[in-house]
Amino acid sequence: MDSGLDFTDTPVSTGTTIMAVEFDGGVVIGADSRTSSGAYVANRVTDKLTRITDKIYCCRSGSAADTQAIADIVAYSLNYYENQTNKDALVHEAASEFRNFCYNYRDSLLAGIIVAGYDEERGGQVYSIPLGGMLTREACTIGGSGSSFIYGFVREHYRQNMSKEECVDFVKKAVQHAIYHDGSSGGVVRIGIITKDGIERRLFYNTESGDPQVAGTASFIAAEQKMEA
Amino acid sequence: MDLDIARDLPRPGFNFDNCKRNATLLKGGFKPPTTTKTGTTIVGIIFKDGVILGADTRATEGPIVSDKNCAKIHYLAKNIYCCGAGTAADTEMTTDLISSQLELHRLGTEREVRVVAANVMLKQMLFRYQGHISAALVLGGVDKTGPHIYSIHPHGSADKLPYATMGSGSLAAMSVFESRWRPDMSEEEGKKLVRDAIASGVFNDLGSGSNIDLCVIRKGSVEYLRNYELANKKGERKLDYRFKKGATPVLHTSVRDLIVNESVTVVPMETS
Repeated sequence: MDSGLDFTDTPVSTGTTIMAVEFDGGVVIGADSRTSSGAYVANRVTDKLTRITDKIYCCRSGSAADTQAIADIVAYSLNYYENQTNKDALVHEAASEFRNFCYNYRDSLLAGIIVAGYDEERGGQVYSIPLGGMLTREACTIGGSGSSFIYGFVREHYRQNMSKEECVDFVKKAVQHAIYHDGSSGGVVRIGIITKDGIERRLFYNTESGDPQVAGTASFIAAEQKMEA
Repeated sequence: MDLDIARDLPRPGFNFDNCKRNATLLKGGFKPPTTTKTGTTIVGIIFKDGVILGADTRATEGPIVSDKNCAKIHYLAKNIYCCGAGTAADTEMTTDLISSQLELHRLGTEREVRVVAANVMLKQMLFRYQGHISAALVLGGVDKTGPHIYSIHPHGSADKLPYATMGSGSLAAMSVFESRWRPDMSEEEGKKLVRDAIASGVFNDLGSGSNIDLCVIRKGSVEYLRNYELANKKGERKLDYRFKKGATPVLHTSVRDLIVNESVTVVPMETS
């Protein structure tokens, strides 16, 4: 088809806003929920906060296929590691595993990943793996196409030693700003709070009233969360 | 002599031997033959007791309709079916291959296969081929964990959704779902909604057309409704141009016998 409407041939990418912030006792991660393929929104309720282990999650940006494939492989390998050693995987081990794939296959991948989680050794940690496959630890980091709009906001409003709720509010506001300005980010704001007890998920509709705009959205997100539990 | 044991079997799977040759031919200005693409509307929804898949039945080769009544809902397992859009050959081969792997998996585990298993196999295969297999799929089924719908893109990304559409008619179909889908719909409501979604693809998208296929998968039962509705029935001719018997008068009749004379001469074979 040459109508330009047949997105069958267009790669699917998470034109995205993702974010993660460390706080004392854990991390807060956040993302929008839009997956686009060309001009079409392929999924408006995507969950870009992907589980690797119970206490390690990653935020995916870039090609949906690439990031899903890497996340699946790393999740599999860390699950195997945890079973064999009877220990929880460390966040930097997970991040390093991600880095190895992102670096070794840097020419054929389009993946910007933030790895965040909690372990008993170093508490809440955030690692950023941008496009070339570099790995850095950061106290607060943003990623995806929407992030360029909120560098100013983050620089202005990030403080050290914020409480959990302050972090949640900060991440939520930052992602909302990115969604407002970036065409490839949209939908709802998904937030995850990872502490020693695992993850607590929160969700914010991006409407004036805070209610979902389209019938069905709320119920199917609820069903989705029931599945994950 | 050819023996049945240890004979050379052709290598399984896709073959890319001719890719380089084709690229060179293309550079020289050669117009390659076009593949049959199913400019398609395919959909799937979750309803109260399971899932409903739907598809149109038009296959195209460029601007030509090459099949007016093809089947785009493929069998994967007893409890799992899969709609395919994109290159017809690719969707067919991919679903056949995964179907066979799922059956072996079922035999090996002695359990009913789960929809996630099918999803993982499909997405890993499509990812391995880096988008060269043009298969856009809507996967649906019911297993012990409940009903599931996945939409899988050719590059190997998959989304888990309560309702999904794919193909060139997906925009038309999605607009129907976005305005009318509700959780826990009854089977009748669900079938009506899927019918309407496919019909909107059939009537508003040039790549989609002809009839509507449905497949209802409930816990423990499947109903494959091939040609659930003939949305484009050809009109019947009311009159015909054949002459009535007797319109031409017979003026003269003559019947002749044909006589054939045949003789056989035996030539003895020479044996030296």
